[in-house]
Order: sequence, then C-alpha cells, then structure tokens
Amino acid sequence: MAYSEKVLSHYETPRNVGSLDKNAKNVGTGIVGAPECGDVMKLQIQVDDSGKIVDAKFKTFGCGSAIASSSLATEWIKGRTLDEAMAIKNTEIVQELSLPPVKIHCSVLAEDAIKSAIHDYQEKNGLDHDHADASEHTKA
Amino acid sequence: MALKLPIYMDHNATTPMDPRVLEAMLPYFTEKFGNSASRNHEFGWEAEDGVKLARKQVGGLIGADPKEIIWTSGSTESNNLAIKGVADMYKDKGRHIITAIHEHKATLDPCKRLAKMGYDVTWLEPAADGIVTAKQVAEAIREDTILVTIMWANNELGTINELPAIGKVCKEKGVLLHTDATQAVGKIPVDVNAAGVDLLSGSAHKIYGPKGAGFLYVRRRKPRVRLTPIIDGGGHERGMRSGTLNVTGIVGLGKACELCRLEMDEETARLSKLRDKLDQGILSQLEHAVINGKADQRLPQTTNISFPYVEGESMMMAIKEIAVSSGSACTSASLEPSYVLKALGLGDEIAHSSIRFGLGRFTTEEEVDFTIDKVVTAVKKLLELSPLYEMVLEGIDINAIEWGAH
Ligand SMILES: Cc1ncc(COP(=O)(O)O)c(C=O)c1O
Repeated sequence: MAYSEKVLSHYETPRNVGSLDKNAKNVGTGIVGAPECGDVMKLQIQVDDSGKIVDAKFKTFGCGSAIASSSLATEWIKGRTLDEAMAIKNTEIVQELSLPPVKIHCSVLAEDAIKSAIHDYQEKNGLDHDHADASEHTKA
Repeated sequence: MALKLPIYMDHNATTPMDPRVLEAMLPYFTEKFGNSASRNHEFGWEAEDGVKLARKQVGGLIGADPKEIIWTSGSTESNNLAIKGVADMYKDKGRHIITAIHEHKATLDPCKRLAKMGYDVTWLEPAADGIVTAKQVAEAIREDTILVTIMWANNELGTINELPAIGKVCKEKGVLLHTDATQAVGKIPVDVNAAGVDLLSGSAHKIYGPKGAGFLYVRRRKPRVRLTPIIDGGGHERGMRSGTLNVTGIVGLGKACELCRLEMDEETARLSKLRDKLDQGILSQLEHAVINGKADQRLPQTTNISFPYVEGESMMMAIKEIAVSSGSACTSASLEPSYVLKALGLGDEIAHSSIRFGLGRFTTEEEVDFTIDKVVTAVKKLLELSPLYEMVLEGIDINAIEWGAH
C-alpha cells in the first residue's frame, strides 16, 4: 500500500505522543476502537478555564493511517475551543492526509476520539453535552 | 561493506536461484533444446540425459528410486495430483481422507473440493505448538480411510510434524501417506523409506531452483501406488502427468537438489546459528515477543514471532527495508489474519502482528544484525505509541475490557 507523504510524515514523527493525567479535572480522555479490529486510539485534551484546549496527547494502536489521523487530530485541536474541536469532521482529515477509501475508518475513529475526549471532560466538569454524536459521520 | 537494502528475509516464500543451478540449466535453453520424448535423434537423447540425471539427483536427496519421480509444475500441482489422484483411484476402497487445518492452501483446497464431491475429510487441529502428532493421526484412521495428507514442515511456522512416526502409523494401518514436503526438502534430512511416505511433493523454487518446476514422489514398491492423472495426453511420466517435459526446469531442479544434498549439513549449521541469533536478539530485548510454534522442532532457517500490543501493518511499515511475511494474508483490500496462526489459538490482533523471518543460503550475519536492530527499534517505538501497552503497564487486563464495536 502506498502512503501519502503526509501520512508518512506523521507516522515517522508523530506529533504529541504521550499521556496526560487522566484523573486531573481539566483533562478529558477518549479511548475508541477495539484491538480485534486493529485500531485503538486514546486521545486526551487539557482544557483551560476559558474552555480552550491548551494541550493534546495521543497514543494509537493501528496502521500508519490511524497513527497519522490521530496525530493530525491532536495538532488541529490544540488552541481551539471545545466547540471548534467538536466541529472537526472526519472528511477534513481524509482530505488533509489523502486517505484512500479503505482507510476512511481511521479518520472516523480520530473524529470519535476527539468527541469522546470532549465528552469525558464535560462530564467530569458537569457541563452540558454538545449533541454532536459519533453517528453522523459523512462517509467520503 | 555497506548493506544492500532491502534485505530478503522471506526464503520460505521463494528463493533466488543459485548461480550454479542457472549454469546447469543454460545449455538446455539453446544447444540442448530437444524434446526428451524424441526417441530417434541426438537432440532428444541429450535432453533425456539431462532429465535422467535430474531424476537421480532428486531421488538422491529424498532416498527414492529415480523411477519414482514424477515431474510437475510445482508443489501445488503435486499436491493436487497426489490427493485427487489417490482419491479417485481408490474410491471403491473408501472415501475418507485425513488432513490438518493448517496445511497449505494447495492441500486444503483439493481436500475441500473432494469433500464437496462426497468424500469425508477429517481436519486435524494442532495443539498450541502447531505440531500434528502420530497419535492424532492414529486416532483418526478408520476402516474406509484411503489417504492421510500431512505436511512435513509448515510454511508459516517452520514447525516439523511427527513425520517418521506418522508414517509408521499409516504403514501399520495400511493407509497411504502423502506429505507436502515443499518446505522440508533440502533443509532437513528427508528419506521417504525411513519416514514411511508413499507420496511426497517438492518444488524447485524453494530450494534455489527455478519457479514452475516440481515433483511428486510416487512409491513403486510396497505398496505400488497408483493415481488417476489430472492431465491426460501423451502419456508422459508413466501416464500420471502428460505433457512435454520442462527440461530446463527439471535440470535446474535436479541440480538444486544435488547442491542441497551436498551442502545441507554445513548450511544447516550456519543458518540455525543465525536463526537462533535472530530469535535471541529479538526476544532478549523485547520482553513480550513470543515465538509461534514449537521452538525446538522447527526448520533451521525459519522463525515466526508475535509482537503483542503492536499493530501488524504499522509494524511492516516500520521495517520496510526488510522483506518478510506478516501474519496477515493480504487478500486485495481486506486484511485477513493468517489461518495458520489462528489454528494455534492466537487472537486476530496477535496474528496480525506476527512476522515470519525466512533465512537462506545467501543471508549474512550483517543482515541478521541489521534485522534485529530494525525490529527492536520499530517495536519499541510502536510500543511507546501503543495505548494497549500503556494499559498493560498500568496493570489493566485488556482482554477484560468491553471494547466498542467498530
Ligand atoms: C508447504 C507448501 N506447499 C505448497 C506450496 C506451493 O508450491 P508451488 O509454488 O511450487 O506451487 C508452497 C509454496 O508456497 C508451500 O510452502
């Protein structure tokens, strides 16, 4: 399988690999996927008082495209507000990384990971859920 | 000396031709081009001499009489001829066949076809070590069993089945034994009489010979095995396989067998040392890595290792300078985990992150060192990235987690 240059770049030097303290109140953690399916993504956000994502980290078990999708996701959400991060669509990831059709699920998973991390943060802090749901992906 | 990349570590898939094999073949493309079946002129005789020598060379490697060698296009054809040929010839005696679930497709699929035609097939399942035992075979043999087909050594694991013992069981019960010895021939001692084998498949391209040439050993005495041919025509090969012989390929196969016979001891000593170095180098630096299949009952140049918590495709991407086979049978778009690894009870995700390393005649120690280094670096990097590994380090049982469906 031929990977795009951007996928290779994220795969060779993934951005924001690591973990934040999952017990901290200002940290939201999302874990999505399943080992049997070949992808598990963990994405974490650290949010400041104004509701802005000031740090993001990830770890991914998955193919090069899954690693690149989650790496890109952390890059994109850093510095955004929760609402802005919530609005990121998997299709934007597909476009940016030039993912082939068989790898679209990687971008879907990355979008889910962002949303799941935000939900976790909101739940921890007694905030309202934004109703963006994992089920409304646009399949490219 | 700088290493030439990529490094070939997939000798169970195929091998480069030995230059000495090529040299033996060359005259048969041009000046000795005759049809070995042409009985009345020099050209035919010359070609026939080449084929005769090759029969001796192949027979010499496996302890068979030269007359017992039937030329084919490779092991796929040999397996088909043996299995379907015996099934048809002996159908009035019985219709029960015994094989194992982790055989090569070239055995599984002929057996499946026979099952569809009304034959009864018993599919033996190996224990977690991958070995098919003589006891399993003995327990499966019935009154109406006409054929046992069990491979000598497994192509994905390198594991060696209980071969002389399985042959003994079959002899005692009077059942024909076919063995797909594609991976064993030339790598470990193979003797059809000592092992009680009645039919044996082998292929040139796995032993530094050309692609598209193989053989089926068919026993002529005690018992005299008969086969219904698959390919009818001019009656070549005692009527069992018609068609003008692939003289160049056969000459190459013969030469390849001769070289294996003469150099096996030395080659085994060298390669098993390198293979053990590869195993040690990887296992000593990666605590979760495990060898698949019975480690002390394997071909000397093969190893199959799983890397838990690391995903297979990203693993292959990280070691792309090394040509290996992964535990994924990559069928077009979908990644299917290897049925051989699943037969050992491995989960899909572990099967995906398993790698077969196949060393060969031209593998150097530098290449092995490079491979150890690359694999260890790649796995360490991917473990660093792996949320599963992080959970394991935190003491979380990842098998107990209810993962979402995706
Ligand atoms: C065990 C085994 N049997 C059969 C085959 C098929 O052999 P050939 O490529 O000669 O048809 C192979 C090679 O892929 C093999 O490893």
